[in-house]
Amino acid sequence: MTDRNLLVGPFNRVEGDLEIRLDVKDGAVAAAYTNSPLFRGFEMMMLGKDPRDALTITPRICGICSISQSAAAAFALADAAGAEMPPQGMLVAALLHAVENMNDHITHFNLFFMPDFARPIYAGEPWHDEAVNRFTATQGSATRAAVAARAELFNIVGLLGGKWPHTLAIQPAGVTKSPSTSDKVRIQTTLRSFRRYLESELLGGKVEDFAAISTKEQLQNWTAGDAGRFLRIGQAVGLDDMGFGPGRFMSFGAYPLPGKRAFKAGVWDGGLKPLDTASITEDLSHAWMIGPDAHPTGGQTMPDEDMRDDAYSWCKAPRLAGQTIETGALARQIVDGHPLALALADHPSAWARVAGRLLEIARTQMLLEDLAAQIDPKERFMGHRDLPKNGEGAGMIEAARGALGHWTRFENGKITGYQIIAPTTWNFGPRDRNGVAGPVEAALVGAPVRDGEETPIAVQHIVRSFDPCMVCTVH
Amino acid sequence: MNILWLQASGCGGCTMSLLCAEKPDLFDTLGGAGIEFLWHPAFSEATGDEARRLLAAVESGKQPLDILCVEGAIARGPRDTGRYQMLSGTGRSMMDWVQSLAPLARHVIAVGSCAAFGGVTTAGGNPSDAVGLQFDGTHEGGILSADFRDPTGLPVINISGCPMHPDWVTETLLMLAGDALTPADLDSYARPRFFADHLVHHGCTKNEFYEYKASARELSEIGCMMEHLGCIGTQAVGDCNIRPWNGSGSCTRGGYPCIACTAPEFEEPRHTFTETPKIAGIPVGLPSDMPKAWFMALASLSKAATPDRIAKNATSDRVAIPPTLRKPKT
Ligand code: SF4
Ligand code: SF4
Repeated sequence: MTDRNLLVGPFNRVEGDLEIRLDVKDGAVAAAYTNSPLFRGFEMMMLGKDPRDALTITPRICGICSISQSAAAAFALADAAGAEMPPQGMLVAALLHAVENMNDHITHFNLFFMPDFARPIYAGEPWHDEAVNRFTATQGSATRAAVAARAELFNIVGLLGGKWPHTLAIQPAGVTKSPSTSDKVRIQTTLRSFRRYLESELLGGKVEDFAAISTKEQLQNWTAGDAGRFLRIGQAVGLDDMGFGPGRFMSFGAYPLPGKRAFKAGVWDGGLKPLDTASITEDLSHAWMIGPDAHPTGGQTMPDEDMRDDAYSWCKAPRLAGQTIETGALARQIVDGHPLALALADHPSAWARVAGRLLEIARTQMLLEDLAAQIDPKERFMGHRDLPKNGEGAGMIEAARGALGHWTRFENGKITGYQIIAPTTWNFGPRDRNGVAGPVEAALVGAPVRDGEETPIAVQHIVRSFDPCMVCTVH
Repeated sequence: MNILWLQASGCGGCTMSLLCAEKPDLFDTLGGAGIEFLWHPAFSEATGDEARRLLAAVESGKQPLDILCVEGAIARGPRDTGRYQMLSGTGRSMMDWVQSLAPLARHVIAVGSCAAFGGVTTAGGNPSDAVGLQFDGTHEGGILSADFRDPTGLPVINISGCPMHPDWVTETLLMLAGDALTPADLDSYARPRFFADHLVHHGCTKNEFYEYKASARELSEIGCMMEHLGCIGTQAVGDCNIRPWNGSGSCTRGGYPCIACTAPEFEEPRHTFTETPKIAGIPVGLPSDMPKAWFMALASLSKAATPDRIAKNATSDRVAIPPTLRKPKT
């Protein structure tokens, strides 16, 4: 077998632009280099603007997780103002955000991840006809059902947030729409309809039953629905033996609610540890960026117009206490301590990552229903608090793909610093100055490459298991 | 009719919004009319070398192209190289690809305000030196010249919006499939008139508050947002309040102002988005087709005549005073 170098791109069915360079030796990936080849410069755009404008501009970093960006900006400003949303405002913000994350998971599973199994390379496999029927792009029966279900679920954002993407409804002091009793019953009806979709198509069984799975064995015995299809096919093609993450997981904690987060914050590194966000740095050694490595409160964004040769991406390389770390749905569920997720933690393969996402779908449905039931139309959903002229704040939340942070500083009512680290920046960042590969770069090593393959299918599975969002990555 | 869709320097939100098409869903709407995607970065199977081969076939003329849809602005930087966005795997910039493919298509569509005018990608100092396809903000000429026309005589069709409403795209495509879109159906920014002939103000649920200048002072209050909260729905084109978003929504129904995301240069309003700039207490951006003096006279009259119900409700976060019921005649 000949050694070769491959340039993989355009890499589609991920959000945004991704290019991967592969060194292939003896039929497997020996080294991988991930490049985010699109730079827009949102952090630079923010400088000099009124801090409130972050609420309008930053959601436009990303059309697939725009509410995540919006929530991060709102919490960063609230932090700077020393304000809190009223409890019911928090609740509705969480509901809006969880609807978006749920839809991201559904979109990822049906439109981005599963279509690979319908591709001709798998013709002849015993499960291929089934995969073609369910997951062929734009035509598959699962694809169609998912597109219709997600559009309907977003009616909740239409109702509470005006539109999706790019709503301005989440503000530092609460949410702009006070739901009425009739809004509440409409939201609950929409969620019931979405549950029907989950139970009849995606999970093929009760949401509660899937959420109650606590061992890998029970998971392997779940054969119903598209979840079952994935679990079986995924094992058949060996996804359980490839695409291993660093085994360290981080979550900023999802959905701030009064006094807690619905899914906890923390770090998993063989055991649960507290998260020390002060130990975050962004390493610029292999990014087309100029300036020193820094914590985001002191970080800068200065693109290297010469695109120097020893760098290969517009993406910075974030590190927690100097180490790479994986973030995403699986990480979130591990850090939250769900028994199934913990059972998957020591074998963090591509298969485990997608299974973790399915688990989170089930749990998020239960959370959404619970949040909707708690809406009290008599309460206030917006408080009042003016932003100070000078301030500094951080908004750390969980987007569908993992930990998202906005760090802002403003003086005399103008933004003087705005730094963002998106989940995919953590997962898809390049090497650091010690030569340590980013999580996905490392996860790709060992991926099998078949003879003649230009865009190895195993590489595609592994990359897509992370559900990358490249527009967020370099923003 | 086939579509090649490229995602340039944008956020992908226009594709995401498109997927929210309802009654019927996106793939039914298009499939039923014989419209199919040659390639779309979000939902086509073909990736890497397969996608590169397809692009090459289009470029060489082997694969005829009916519609080129571009979402996102075009990065020209750094230093006019376009290297802030390389079309991955091809070694060429997106700028280069779009300039090469646009003349080969029967129609070219700029999807969203980024592709149309530059949009949010050009905000602030425009770090990536981005422009729209055939406009640079309000100015004609982007990476395609002002006199670019497709073989049927249409300019780049600008389906602006940030994002655009899904129906604006599907209806434009259906019209093109039926040869039912002519240059006369576009406004002076080349936006389809079927949505650009309306103002966001039309059908706004806050119209009664507007009539009396009964204004919300803070976000979440239900009064009109024009006087204090930056709403420019009276000047913004779009049928957002006539044709609902995501089931029943619109920006103003969500309780926050219209920022005219369908307009060129909306990203730089020269004031905070959610605050109305005023001179001596008078909002500067008055409805475009009304003389200022008339507006002021009407406003002071209507303010003086505002019923208590409307005044109270305007600064409340829900209806505080319901309409008075007519007493039955005795
Ligand atoms: S127009 Fe708005 S929604 Fe569309 S790509 Fe640009 S930023 Fe995203
Ligand atoms: S209401 Fe205004 S800001 Fe909102 S989508 Fe319509 S044109 Fe854009």
